[in-house]
Amino acid sequence: MNSLDHVSRTAHWKPTIVAERALIVAHTAVNGEYRHLIVECGDEAASALPGQFFQLLCPQPAGEQSFLRRPMSVYGVDPARRRVEFLYKVAGVGTRGLDTLKVGDTLDLMGPLGVGFTLDPGLRNIAVVGRGAGLATLAPLAGACRARGIGVTAILSARRPDLLMSIELFESHGAEVITVTDSEQTSGPANVERILRHLISQDRCDAFFTCGSSRLLRVQQRLAHEFGLSGEIAMEQQMACGIGLCHCCVRDFNVKGEIVSKRVCWDGPVFDMMQALP
Amino acid sequence: MSALMTPEQVDMSVRVGGLMLRNPVMPASGTFAEGLAQVFDFNRLGALVTKTITRELRAGNPLPRVVESPSGLINAIGIPSKGVPYFINDVLPLYAAYEAPLVVSISAPTAEGFASLAAELSIPGVAAIEANISCPNIEEDGKAFAMSPQATENVTRQLRAATGLPLWVKLTPNTGNIADVAKAAEASGADAAVVANTILSMAINLKTFRPSLGNVMGGLSGPAIKPIVLRQVFQCARAINIPVIGCGGISTAADAVEYLLAGATAVQVGTASFIQPAAMTTIIDDLKAFCIQREISRVSDLIGAVVVEEADEVDVSWVDPVQ
Ligand SMILES: Cc1cc2nc3c(=O)[nH]c(=O)nc-3n(C[C@H](O)[C@H](O)[C@H](O)COP(=O)(O)OP(=O)(O)OC[C@H]3O[C@@H](n4cnc5c(N)ncnc54)[C@H](O)[C@@H]3O)c2cc1C
Ligand SMILES: Cc1cc2nc3c(=O)[nH]c(=O)nc-3n(C[C@H](O)[C@H](O)[C@H](O)COP(=O)(O)O)c2cc1C
Repeated sequence: MNSLDHVSRTAHWKPTIVAERALIVAHTAVNGEYRHLIVECGDEAASALPGQFFQLLCPQPAGEQSFLRRPMSVYGVDPARRRVEFLYKVAGVGTRGLDTLKVGDTLDLMGPLGVGFTLDPGLRNIAVVGRGAGLATLAPLAGACRARGIGVTAILSARRPDLLMSIELFESHGAEVITVTDSEQTSGPANVERILRHLISQDRCDAFFTCGSSRLLRVQQRLAHEFGLSGEIAMEQQMACGIGLCHCCVRDFNVKGEIVSKRVCWDGPVFDMMQALP
Repeated sequence: MSALMTPEQVDMSVRVGGLMLRNPVMPASGTFAEGLAQVFDFNRLGALVTKTITRELRAGNPLPRVVESPSGLINAIGIPSKGVPYFINDVLPLYAAYEAPLVVSISAPTAEGFASLAAELSIPGVAAIEANISCPNIEEDGKAFAMSPQATENVTRQLRAATGLPLWVKLTPNTGNIADVAKAAEASGADAAVVANTILSMAINLKTFRPSLGNVMGGLSGPAIKPIVLRQVFQCARAINIPVIGCGGISTAADAVEYLLAGATAVQVGTASFIQPAAMTTIIDDLKAFCIQREISRVSDLIGAVVVEEADEVDVSWVDPVQ
């Protein structure tokens, strides 16, 4: 084979996952723990879907080293302006490095990665149940649901009321927001179950979309089973490559009674809620 | 030469253990899968190398399976394997679409197991067998075959008898005498030696006082190991006449050039793809640019071109008085 026909055969080859340097256009503190980051990027990155994620190559904070990229969910995406948003918690070395980025700096991001949420055409109303960083993952669903005329009730959980996030974002997309917190003793499984049962009885919950709490996962699995509803869950696991190469982020799933190991980064991070094992 | 060479004038091809490769850059086993096909065109690579497969169905190691280390990664993934029929029916077809030759990495608990697996996988679509003899095995009391020249000799001989495909053996850097192991592999019929696998290591979590990895110990890879493995490639390339494929911490074309100069005929890139998914194609482009800039018309001219002033043996006696 000569190199010319190689070129002609592959000239139109285009990547669907890219690593690129994106420009920081906004970076603000949401509260003591969380930061909201907006970057300008290329078309591929700006085509990310709700539930997908990026692998961020975090700058090194002074005196510390990270080696791997860090996975972050898409918190928002604007294909027209080629922007992607993240909502992240400053947790350790990687996110401390992210926190040092200023407007005008660049961030090496890779994506979009993984399998996002699926909104079946038959859905009329969904319940979104999230806690902690899980809210970041679930937030883009609100806009997607609005575009499809699907009603959303979002149950947002946090330790304290001042740590609740994204209420306005959900509301701006027409979602009804119910907040529950540990400090007000409203976030326990029993209360969330009560809220969900009420939604189901009013025919306002055809499916569950959840992230960030195994206790609440179990409640939703039980209700889904009882009422024959469906659900999807976005899962987290420590990752290395983020594109299914290394098998470091595996989790066990119950697939029709059989325990199956799947890669969170490649087979997920969004999975059928009924297959998830807490 | 006055005018700058054009890219077309650089011959990037190399001949490795029975295969002619478009260029000397290929993935390292266990760090390559279909996900990268969304990042670059696989036909740009010199070869494709699969994750090690075993006949036995294996779950892999307990989590956590990786931990970061300065300029490196310690992994104890284990070898999760869905067995041979799954590989032939579900994995092999994914790679059939590409012109780049497919190298299949195999492992087994015994020398006989290696041989029978190599025989079963000597089928159309497989261009070469890479025997990962750097993993713990039953016969050698949990030690990797490649820890000793004798065990390497035995398993390589049986593999050689079992397959007509080009046979590459992948050595471990955890032995004290890697050049002797490489000689044993050459003497018993290997067509190339891959130098090397990960370096046995450990990390401890100071919050919990527990090992950071579920498997307690793991293998270090990435830039941290490059100087060590580069030295081993140099030693092996001097000791044997079959090609050496360098593998350890390569993340840039400069790293690849160092390996070629040390005597590697080709290189494998592993952990770098976790940080920059297009690392391999970037290395290929930059390697070509290096050749143009240095007016080197064939990349193979770099192989073993390191200039060492000493007449014969390099003196390492000051490092270890026993030698
Ligand atoms: C698909 C996915 C999406 C995510 N989306 C978000 C998000 O939108 N917002 C957000 O705040 N966080 C999110 N996380 C968690 C986030 O990746 C971790 O908080 C982050 O990696 C911590 O890195 P660090 O260096 O700051 O902390 P360290 O504790 O120093 O990290 C050490 C190691 O543990 C890993 N790690 C630590 N915590 C987690 C975790 N919860 N999940 C997975 N790996 C972890 C790190 O990646 C790193 O390898 C997501 C995780 C996954 C897997
Ligand atoms: C996550 C991971 C999985 C690996 N799996 C295998 C494997 O299945 N078989 C094998 O021969 N080597 C395996 N290796 C070793 C690599 O092929 C390579 O020899 C080693 O990582 C050194 O190269 P690097 O520094 O470029 O990563 C693995 C390495 C990593 C990091």
